[in-house]
Amino acid sequence: MFGDKVAVRNLSLTVRRGEIFGFLGPNGAGKSTSIKMLLGLVKPTSGEAFVLGAPSSDVDVRRRIGFLPEDFRFYEWLTAAELLELHGRLAGVPADKLRDRVPALIDLVGLTPHRDKRLEAFSKGMLQRIGLAQALVHEPELIFLDEPTSGLDPMGRRMVRDIIRAQRDRGMTVFLNSHLLSEIEITCDEVVFIREGEVVTSRDLRATDGEEVRVVARARKLTEAGVAGLAPLSTSIHIEAEQLTLTARSQDVLPDILRHLVSTGADVYQFTPQRLSLEELFVSIMGEDRGL
Amino acid sequence: MGIWIMAGITFREAARKKILWTAFIAGIGFLLVFGIGLRFQVEDFRTSTVPPFLRYQILSSMVMVGLYTVDLLAVVMTTLTSVDTISGEIISGTIHAIATKPLSRWQILIGKWAGFVGMVAAYVAIMFGGTIAEGYWIGGVVTQHPVHGALLIFFECTIALSVTFMFGTWFSTLTNGVIVLGLLGLAFLGGWLEQMSGFTNGSRLAMVGIVSSLLMPSEAVWRRAAFEMQSPLSGALQFTPFADVSVPSLPMIGYAGVYLLIALSVAVFHFEHRDL
Repeated sequence: MFGDKVAVRNLSLTVRRGEIFGFLGPNGAGKSTSIKMLLGLVKPTSGEAFVLGAPSSDVDVRRRIGFLPEDFRFYEWLTAAELLELHGRLAGVPADKLRDRVPALIDLVGLTPHRDKRLEAFSKGMLQRIGLAQALVHEPELIFLDEPTSGLDPMGRRMVRDIIRAQRDRGMTVFLNSHLLSEIEITCDEVVFIREGEVVTSRDLRATDGEEVRVVARARKLTEAGVAGLAPLSTSIHIEAEQLTLTARSQDVLPDILRHLVSTGADVYQFTPQRLSLEELFVSIMGEDRGL
Repeated sequence: MGIWIMAGITFREAARKKILWTAFIAGIGFLLVFGIGLRFQVEDFRTSTVPPFLRYQILSSMVMVGLYTVDLLAVVMTTLTSVDTISGEIISGTIHAIATKPLSRWQILIGKWAGFVGMVAAYVAIMFGGTIAEGYWIGGVVTQHPVHGALLIFFECTIALSVTFMFGTWFSTLTNGVIVLGLLGLAFLGGWLEQMSGFTNGSRLAMVGIVSSLLMPSEAVWRRAAFEMQSPLSGALQFTPFADVSVPSLPMIGYAGVYLLIALSVAVFHFEHRDL
């Protein structure tokens, strides 16, 4: 709680090993507070946070966790290589391993020409890259990334995406918090939506079964009774002239919708299913902007 | 291990950010001015009628003033360099990437504290050593109990450091600086009031000084250091502002040690339990 505002309440997330998990919600939903609680940076007012089967206050469990904070900041007088060495040492990585790992990580994030530059000379995008490298320096099992593509150009975003996927393929679990829903959509395996500190719903982005599908149809001779009969099969219906736009409850009901329209006498010229984008799903779940 | 990594990075930060070098250059400037002043006084004595006995007391007093300046510079340098280290990193978020590594928060705080202690020790050793060396080589003044004096000045700096750390876990950099400098000012005033009460036998004035010293005992530690370092004759004759008219007792120095431990413990406790 912050004052009398409940930031997070009874939040329980199941993240499978080796998946990229997206954490979504509007501003003030409790995303950053949740991550901070899982990392032991913020103490819950009551109860306890657990991660990897251990309380978040457990220092040892942090050997298995990496973290890239939002707006990553560090001692700007260090060079990129020195930063990684320091974080590696703090994470308990032996010096001989760091000798190999530091240049490899700097290469991975595309900063080899800048390895001996001080961070004060880095752009925001370069700081994000070196921040990602510091989160990986001790080869954690689980990594929390808070807005990892913030400040990056499209090439940088693609590079971060590729790194995240490569880590997932090596068995690392990635917990991703980002406002860039298009990034989440093409990167994550599963997403959860939270609002006012509670889980609203979750979606498996790999599966298409049982997912809402938007349909755009062009038809003549639509009747009121015919459209009303679509209600059990859809969650929203909008008609404008000859264009019918509806959200089908799932892909499975599409043939039923088409059959129903034809059976009520409508002449259907076009019937185009469109998968809802994550942004549309987000808006439909969270509602309109409430200025938070 | 984590403590030493943090201590090392804190020390390197000071060196890389030129804080330490700026302080040392300023200190060397002070030593230069002090040495020139002392030299001029020695030369002036060659043509004056001041008796040799009194000349030595004057030069000895000059060394005490020099050491008092070293003491003030060291305490202020300690406070100014450390005022941002906890609060600044909390506000900027720099602490997030460190506090999520496998080390306890107390290790972070004590490590940073140890880094500053190392820096302060180096500063005090050079400045204090330089001043008494100049006093000896230029003025022929032998400082009494120099090790006691140096350790007490160093101790005073660690009190200021611990208090700065303690308030740094609560307040912003600016607020922390105002509070600590305010406390140092209170200690300075209280110390001198207590000293004045020794000259005037003012018991109520002494009480104000004692209460001030209990609130912030840094100046009391300096006055004990001055008592240890000056020549017994100068102290007894009330020849200098640092005369032995109101010497903080050893229990007072013990109180200052407890004060330091409490400040550091409160800093650790609050840093362990606060949200970052």
